[in-house]
Amino acid sequence: MPQTSTTSILFFFVFVSATLVITYWAAKRTKTTEHFYAAGRSITGFQNGLALAGDYMSAASFLGIAGLVALNGFDGLIYSTGWLVGWPIILFLIAEPLRNLGKYTFTDVVAYRLQQKPVRIAAAIGTMAVVLTYLIAQMVGSGTLIKLLFGIPYVWAEIIVGGVMIMYVLFGGMIATTWVQIIKACLLLGGAVAMALIVLSKFGFNPINLFAQAAKEGCDPAAAAGSQMFCYGGKVLEPGIKVVTGAWDAVSLGLALMFGTAGLPHILMRFYTVPNAKAARVSVMWATIWIGGFYLITFILGFGSMVLVGQKNILAAGGGGNMAAPLLANVIAGEVFFGFICAVAFATILAVVAGLTLAGAGALSHDLWVNVVRGGHAPQHEQMIAARAASLILGICAVLLGIVFQGQNVAYMVGLTFSIAASANFPALVLSVFWRKFTTWGAVCSILFGAIGTLVLIYCGPTIQFDLLGPKAAAAGSPKEVVDAANAAIAAYKADIMAKWWYFPLKNPCIYTMTGSFLIGIVISLLAPERAAQEGFNEVERRAVLGEPKGAAAE
Amino acid sequence: MHDHEQRLHAISAHRWRIAFVLSAIMLAAYYGFILLVAADVGVIQEMVRAGKAIPAAGLGGQITLGMRLSDGLSVGVLLGALVIVFAWVLTIIYTKWANGVYDREIEELSHLAR
Repeated sequence: MPQTSTTSILFFFVFVSATLVITYWAAKRTKTTEHFYAAGRSITGFQNGLALAGDYMSAASFLGIAGLVALNGFDGLIYSTGWLVGWPIILFLIAEPLRNLGKYTFTDVVAYRLQQKPVRIAAAIGTMAVVLTYLIAQMVGSGTLIKLLFGIPYVWAEIIVGGVMIMYVLFGGMIATTWVQIIKACLLLGGAVAMALIVLSKFGFNPINLFAQAAKEGCDPAAAAGSQMFCYGGKVLEPGIKVVTGAWDAVSLGLALMFGTAGLPHILMRFYTVPNAKAARVSVMWATIWIGGFYLITFILGFGSMVLVGQKNILAAGGGGNMAAPLLANVIAGEVFFGFICAVAFATILAVVAGLTLAGAGALSHDLWVNVVRGGHAPQHEQMIAARAASLILGICAVLLGIVFQGQNVAYMVGLTFSIAASANFPALVLSVFWRKFTTWGAVCSILFGAIGTLVLIYCGPTIQFDLLGPKAAAAGSPKEVVDAANAAIAAYKADIMAKWWYFPLKNPCIYTMTGSFLIGIVISLLAPERAAQEGFNEVERRAVLGEPKGAAAE
Repeated sequence: MHDHEQRLHAISAHRWRIAFVLSAIMLAAYYGFILLVAADVGVIQEMVRAGKAIPAAGLGGQITLGMRLSDGLSVGVLLGALVIVFAWVLTIIYTKWANGVYDREIEELSHLAR
């Protein structure tokens, strides 16, 4: 693997300086909470589409999917498609009522006709569960990655990411965050397209030739890199059982990926930055186009690194496959391009954690402080102080969590995040917009069940019990007796845990927790009807269609 | 005013019908793909349990998504890519319709209300 080049550090400094200049410009325009949370509703649909793509295309989806495809072939496509098909659902069911009914957070919509305090507290818990698990995944990933890419010690990497991100959010609010997302999305898409074109140029610009090379047999997969390309046999074009361990797991994972997207608070928050529902629709359309195109390209990059870098070299670089894309850049276009892709990966992480922190700050200050503690009546300057204080606290929390979770395997955290989002936030949001009889306590119980149920079932499932708490396999190259003993210990441990009554066999619990969340919301609402909530539904229906009335003249 | 409310309801109900139909189509397409994956994973698990090794060449026509259209293209890869293209098509169709036809009707109605 190439040493940290001065180029990558140079690229990174250019990116950080440019974004900090934008933050300075944005800070002068951030005077009210409408600017801080919603960029003054001044972002166009096309811009917001890019920003949504920037918020969504995390390091997990760029480096992670490229690595997953490079090591497993076809299976990476399960993630790519799942992460994309949530977007049309957001467009058809969520975007419009969300934009028309809410102010700053998706909780505004859930609480619109229900009792403010209990719903906002529950929804803030749902939001924070998603934001914190996603932040841990991003921060730990970033520390490890930056250590690999730039050779900076882990703790310093955390502090740098946290520090720059706090600057964006604290001073520039949503305006700065939006432009950071847009710049990052352009860099990421540009870098990925350039890489894919160079890869495809070696295969007559036909991806099928690339896949055919990977599916060839007979050449030695352990051969040295260089002129020779690697190949692995046709199984790379078919489903395997490493990523998805069983049929139910596949279905459950699919649910979490698809509906989780529609419950991510930092994505939902972006809909308030555009002036109206029309622009909200346009922004989802563009986001779907960019993200879908990006995933198709990532699939090519994954196969490209499988063939041109080789699985053995990818694994040897560490990071569990995450280095596939940067290594590919190095093989096809040299160290300068490697540096550029590393800097883009760093920028990606920065932008995503900034979006997450802002969403968390919205829940803490707008939902909890202003609407619960102060009962919805807080002067503008106090709201701004609360918003900034919440951003600072969350930013520091992110750094601390990143340091506490150092060295932990957090790959499951991304799946956990999507499961919580799909189980806690999505059902309450849908029921509050579509179902007249939905009640305050239905919402509260549905959200809490989704959040807590997911956490408990993941804890009782194979990911935590086997991969994290179970005995580890013997190190590669150990004597045969040691390997056998370790394997026997693992088998005994697994059999023991699987016999326990509380053991939950699925890696992803979404199929139970999301269904349960809907059922609990419906049953509790039917058991104890709430008159005021039903009467308020007419207003919800009307406003979901027409939007905010424009002054008194509209009435 | 009553008449106005009724028209609003009718337009809104029309949009929801279209939104639900499109959502159902998207779900069916994606879940069709996921169920094919799940079925294939089931077959592979069965083989592993029976102690059979999965050949490096893959199972090819023995599983649905493994069928080959050419040397480098399996049904699985093609369908996965098509799911993404399909999502594009649905979002573009909906956005064009909602921002054109639907928004014009809503606009007319809110003018009438004033």
